[in-house]
Amino acid sequence: MAKELLKGNEAFAEAAIRYGLEAYFGYPITPQSEALEHLARRMVEEDRVFIQAESELGAINMVYGAACCGVRTMTSTSGPGFSLMEEGLSYIAGSDVPAVVVNMQRGGPGLGNIQPSQSDYFLMVKSAGHGDFHPLVLAPASVQEIIDMMGLAFDLAEKYRTLVVIAGDGSLGQMMESAELPPMQPFPRPRPEWAVSGAKGRDPHIITSLDLSPEGLERMNLGFQAKLAEIQKHEIRWKEYETADAEILLVAYGTTGRICLSVMREARKQGLKVGLFRPQTLWPFPSARLNELSGQVRVMLAAEMNAGQMVEDVRLAVSGKVPVHFYGRMGGVVPLADEILAEVKKL
Amino acid sequence: MRHEDIIISGFGGQGALFAGQLLAYAGLADGLHVTWIPSYGPEMRGGTANCTVIVSEEEIGAPIIRHPSAAIVLNLPSMDKYEPLVKPGGVLVVNTTLVPRASERTDIRVIALPASDIAVELGNVRMGNLVALGALLKATGIVSLELVMAQLEEHLSERQRKWLEPNKEALLKGADLAG
Repeated sequence: MAKELLKGNEAFAEAAIRYGLEAYFGYPITPQSEALEHLARRMVEEDRVFIQAESELGAINMVYGAACCGVRTMTSTSGPGFSLMEEGLSYIAGSDVPAVVVNMQRGGPGLGNIQPSQSDYFLMVKSAGHGDFHPLVLAPASVQEIIDMMGLAFDLAEKYRTLVVIAGDGSLGQMMESAELPPMQPFPRPRPEWAVSGAKGRDPHIITSLDLSPEGLERMNLGFQAKLAEIQKHEIRWKEYETADAEILLVAYGTTGRICLSVMREARKQGLKVGLFRPQTLWPFPSARLNELSGQVRVMLAAEMNAGQMVEDVRLAVSGKVPVHFYGRMGGVVPLADEILAEVKKL
Repeated sequence: MRHEDIIISGFGGQGALFAGQLLAYAGLADGLHVTWIPSYGPEMRGGTANCTVIVSEEEIGAPIIRHPSAAIVLNLPSMDKYEPLVKPGGVLVVNTTLVPRASERTDIRVIALPASDIAVELGNVRMGNLVALGALLKATGIVSLELVMAQLEEHLSERQRKWLEPNKEALLKGADLAG
């Protein structure tokens, strides 16, 4: 496949189809609506399932149902929609079924606006619903990366029977960039053994998040925790740029991560030994590597499009070994490389 | 290293976004890294529209910049906003049909041309974007006119097909006027 100029929202939607998406359920919201529009046309062309639900609540519960049937399924939304989906996300986690949600974050809280933001970090990473669980959260920084992570998201969701969230933002959704789509994967995909698929000739499969006995529910929870521990062991991902001799380490993900790449290059030109650490998974967070780096660098600066959310995980990771400063913009304001560079120079 | 941070700005309908996409397609065809990002928001007809295009030999970091190395301003509000922001040594292409004042900058190259008037002469006012783009291509050399014209053939919609040759003329005319 050759490189094409692709818009983030259309790119992840098309990538999902090529990676074998069988059923999509969603509700339009800026800045991700192009994904829904693309899928509305293409899923029908491919003779697959597309439903525009009556709301995000409807959409996530349809995803839940399809996931129980062993179907490769997903939805996509932005902050206000993600908030509405939280009940369903918790049921999905409690039922041990795989599902993928893309969140193209916008300015909040409340109705906020439709400009790029990263203010749903806590929501996605720490509190995607009631009960003890974390989704696996992937953080793409380019159109190519969101394409690649779409395939990864489905694979990980199914490998661990877990919820995977892709944490994008408005600018990633709206941006066009050169990228390469994968070839069309074989379809339909085989259904997993555990799926609810009609119990003719066998005992029924029961998928539920309900267990009224405390001991039973604790056993279920221990199972969830064991799974999350496996994910933490095997699925931590990040990228490092010029960390070998870095004295100052920028820590940023997604769009802010790539902005910090510009900051790092300019700082290096000016003789400052700056490196960049870009988490590609927000949960599990690459804490161990950051802790290692804290033995080498003098100071860290976390940059985000929010009031300071990921920075808490950076501070936990380094356990006070180095100071961790923070720079953030809110409300849909995208920080400029110059602004962050000015912060770097103060360190 | 080939690298330009370009902002193209005008009223909605003047083709700022399309001119930017054309440039991005041409950069891609030339094997360069490209990003194109539009201003988006609750827009209305006749409101402003702009996009940022980055064309580079290296992996692109920030897709949003404050100081472009080159800018096209198709109307007065765009001129007022971006004229002060162009990097020293950069290029500013001004559509004098709709910008009734001269640039005050002396540290950049200003190409002032009546892009919309020229487009009317070529048959359609909406081709002003490509007159200006032709000038920008000539002044920056970021990608060749030929590559942009080839992309025009690929990406002009079926409905607009009859405007292919006039659009090419618009690009050439703009390039001519940029000297």
